[in-house]
Amino acid sequence: MIKPIYGLMAEFDNPTSLVNAARAAREKGYRRLDAYSPFPIEELTDALHLHHNKLPLIVLCGGILGGLTGFLLQYYITVIDFPINIGGRPLDSWPAYIIITFELTILFGAISAVLGLLGLCGLPMPYHPTFNVPRFALASRNRFFLCIEARDPLFDHDQTSAFLETLEPREVSEVAN
Amino acid sequence: MTAQSRDFAASAELASDLRQWRTRALTAGVIGAVLLLVGIFLVSPFQLYESYLWSYVFYVGVTLGCLVWLMLQYLTGGAWGVVIRRPAEAAARTLPLLALLFLPIVVGIPNLYQWSHANLVANDPVMQHKQIYLNVPFFLIRAALYLGGWNFLAWYFNRWSAREDEGSPVAHRKMAALAGPGILFWGFSITFMAVDWVLSLNPRWFSTIFGMLFMAGQGLSGMAFLITLLVLLSYRRPMSEILTPRHLHDLGKLLLCMVMVWAYFTFSQFLIIWAGNLPDEITWYVARLHGGWRYIALALVLGHFALPFALLLSRDLKRNFKLLAGIAIFILCMRYVDVYWLVAPDFSRGRFAVSWMDFVAPVALGGIWLWAFVTQLEKRPLMPLGEPNLEEALQHGRE
Repeated sequence: MIKPIYGLMAEFDNPTSLVNAARAAREKGYRRLDAYSPFPIEELTDALHLHHNKLPLIVLCGGILGGLTGFLLQYYITVIDFPINIGGRPLDSWPAYIIITFELTILFGAISAVLGLLGLCGLPMPYHPTFNVPRFALASRNRFFLCIEARDPLFDHDQTSAFLETLEPREVSEVAN
Repeated sequence: MTAQSRDFAASAELASDLRQWRTRALTAGVIGAVLLLVGIFLVSPFQLYESYLWSYVFYVGVTLGCLVWLMLQYLTGGAWGVVIRRPAEAAARTLPLLALLFLPIVVGIPNLYQWSHANLVANDPVMQHKQIYLNVPFFLIRAALYLGGWNFLAWYFNRWSAREDEGSPVAHRKMAALAGPGILFWGFSITFMAVDWVLSLNPRWFSTIFGMLFMAGQGLSGMAFLITLLVLLSYRRPMSEILTPRHLHDLGKLLLCMVMVWAYFTFSQFLIIWAGNLPDEITWYVARLHGGWRYIALALVLGHFALPFALLLSRDLKRNFKLLAGIAIFILCMRYVDVYWLVAPDFSRGRFAVSWMDFVAPVALGGIWLWAFVTQLEKRPLMPLGEPNLEEALQHGRE
């Protein structure tokens, strides 16, 4: 029995080829693909259509939750749990709550950004099939990789391999699972 | 396409648009000015000076906001700075006109400022102590210093920018060298300006963050104006081929940041005075949070902060030219309401009174100011030809 592979990986010399390859793969209809580069490439985000992810929504929810926590925490203490008359002001003197509300909004927003990022990226990830390709270590030095995953509905070993060859990579390799 | 092969002069269509804007602005300005003069007899000379003062403070804010963004971009760099350079330079070149337009305030000092009346000062120990600072000759000397300093900065940055176009290799360094000290001068001069022109309307009250409110306000007004203008220019060549959503996105982020800075300073002042609740200080807010003024205050919280803040969070909105310009225009309107709310309650002694001249004054001054601005904008190509980062800025947001 043949063990199913993770996908096919093409290796490129320079970022421009990688961006062009990613764009071509998108145009061809591939959706489950990812690119690996030693440094961030802004155009790649456009080429892979990675702009719209759920992270902003997670941060927004975190921020709102933090704001509510900060406000209600102070409201509970000063109005319900331990009411004290301070300078004749009403118990629920909301202007005084704003600073803590603001700080907790930022704190919760920032924490949800970090956790959301880790969660959406699937981190921590002790194993990833791409490292089965020996040359993949160069992705953190001077090589650029595009990987089309076998999960892609359009994926077909021979056709996808032939397609990647048309992009003029240095090498196309199978990624074992 | 390289920068050298491009023509950044206004296209024929744009030149005709600009002529039309200029004529319309001047017409509105002249009609407004005539109405204001009629208002002296229909309402009162007091109302004229009051309406004029806050309109003037507002347009000085738009102009200096442009000037400070111009200086800032020499320090930070960035494509956003390159695309706003020419409009900001043109706005700075209206400062000689604004210096001239200060004259009505000089004439109106007795109508505007209590501390200019010897008999009022004689009966008020607080004003007596402040007289060493708040007196007419020193007030005029300080105003001359601010206006002179701003005009010098405007002249300096425009002169070297023109030299840079001609190929001067030292121009950019010269401008970067004065940008830092220029921003410092701006910060100090705005603090004193806010105290002199606005805060001293109520000589018994003080707030050390007051100048900051105006700095944030000016930065916000300047950015909102520049965004509106760029979007208007983006319909015609050459700007239609230059501006990308990336440029607008960057400017939109700065707009959002200034909305937050304004809210931060404004709330800081409120919180400290509200928490202290001392008779000397709280009266300023009592006058501004009761009667009809409370609705204006509420409108500021919602319209000057909450709504633009919530909308500008969206990435797609900041990249949409028309929507971003819509918000920028709305913010400019709220800026005027904010200046009005800071100034007007001191005149009406807490009573809520809005005169028709409060609506005519910004149109009159704004018309004349816009006329001067467009006249200056027409004089130079719309992009800085000698800018070292021009090519990079043109490629910003392109493949």
